[in-house]
Amino acid sequence: MADRITIQVARYRPEEEGVQTLQEYEVPCPKDWVILDGLNYIKDRLDGSLSFRWSCRMGVCGSCGMTVNGEPKLTCETFLSEYAGGPVRVEPLKNFPVIRDLVVEIGDFMRKLVRVKPWIVRDHEKPVSEGEYLQTPDQLDEFKQFSMCINCMLCYSACPIYGLEPAFIGPAAIALAQRYNLDSRDEGSDERLEILSEHDGIWGCTFVGECTQVCPKHVDPAGAIQRYKLTAALDGLKSFVLPRSAR
Amino acid sequence: MSGRVAYTEYHPRWLRRRPSTYWWLERRAYLSFITRELSSIFIAWFVVYLLLFVRAVSRGHAPYLEFVVWSRHPVVMVLNVVTLFFVVFHAVTWFNLAPKAMVVHLRGKRLPASLISASNYGTWVVATAFLLWLVLGG
Repeated sequence: MADRITIQVARYRPEEEGVQTLQEYEVPCPKDWVILDGLNYIKDRLDGSLSFRWSCRMGVCGSCGMTVNGEPKLTCETFLSEYAGGPVRVEPLKNFPVIRDLVVEIGDFMRKLVRVKPWIVRDHEKPVSEGEYLQTPDQLDEFKQFSMCINCMLCYSACPIYGLEPAFIGPAAIALAQRYNLDSRDEGSDERLEILSEHDGIWGCTFVGECTQVCPKHVDPAGAIQRYKLTAALDGLKSFVLPRSAR
Repeated sequence: MSGRVAYTEYHPRWLRRRPSTYWWLERRAYLSFITRELSSIFIAWFVVYLLLFVRAVSRGHAPYLEFVVWSRHPVVMVLNVVTLFFVVFHAVTWFNLAPKAMVVHLRGKRLPASLISASNYGTWVVATAFLLWLVLGG
């Protein structure tokens, strides 16, 4: 295996130039190095001006999502050796504005996330003296998959609908809404449905399915959205057919 | 500094990239998606063709025979073969989607996705066999 690899990094330095350019760096390529190690090597040894986000280095924080050879990836769990021979191209996540180099602006996602109320909503909180809200393992299994989301936004980067229609609330936010809807302790599904049944909510999704393919945590946002659509359709049908008391 | 800085959408220094016109050629899944969207035109044609067929049958033997002759025209036949491809593509997409949208529990246990898909395909095969029997042998 070659002991070095060329990384082509997309640079965007707004104070110097208004366009994105590719800059090449040669870095070591030991078999246990991930793309993020390569970027840190560049930052520490070759070019301190390179900007990118990272934190945990273990696929938990969701900070280091980037586009690697055209694919949205967590750079902390994508090995350089997979691209042995190189070069490997590292760009910022697609579908987001770029602030600098590999750093994208995530305010749009953060605002959308809050809109779907990704927390447990209760009509009436019971007093602490009455103890915890208990849950069986089966009830946990209902939503556990969707709770694995780390907000890395790879799904937004892979979603062509979000790229074309930025108002679309997007895969991760809907999957997280579903995570709380399916939680036996939650009572906020009606509030969330009101937001998600809008034009830019679940109906914006046309089931391309790439969000599920690129998800590093196997959350299956596409599945969550289709399931949500079925629930919304049945709710709509019930409100049309059944009297209010029977819904 | 007094007061909070208000958020604004105006950030002239952010690089805003628009998807390429040919974004749908970038990945196989995108191409499948666009093909599926395109299939709606052929599905619409299939519905129109079916309605024309029902109208011809309801008008009697002669209009039905006229419809059959018209259906044998090469252009109509090619169109219908292409339509069949798209209808099957559409159906397969929906059958594969069904287990994602439907979560079925039986005796407290969640049924595996493959079983829901298989039940769809099974119903499809039975319905097709029944129609073939009805048309060809019944």
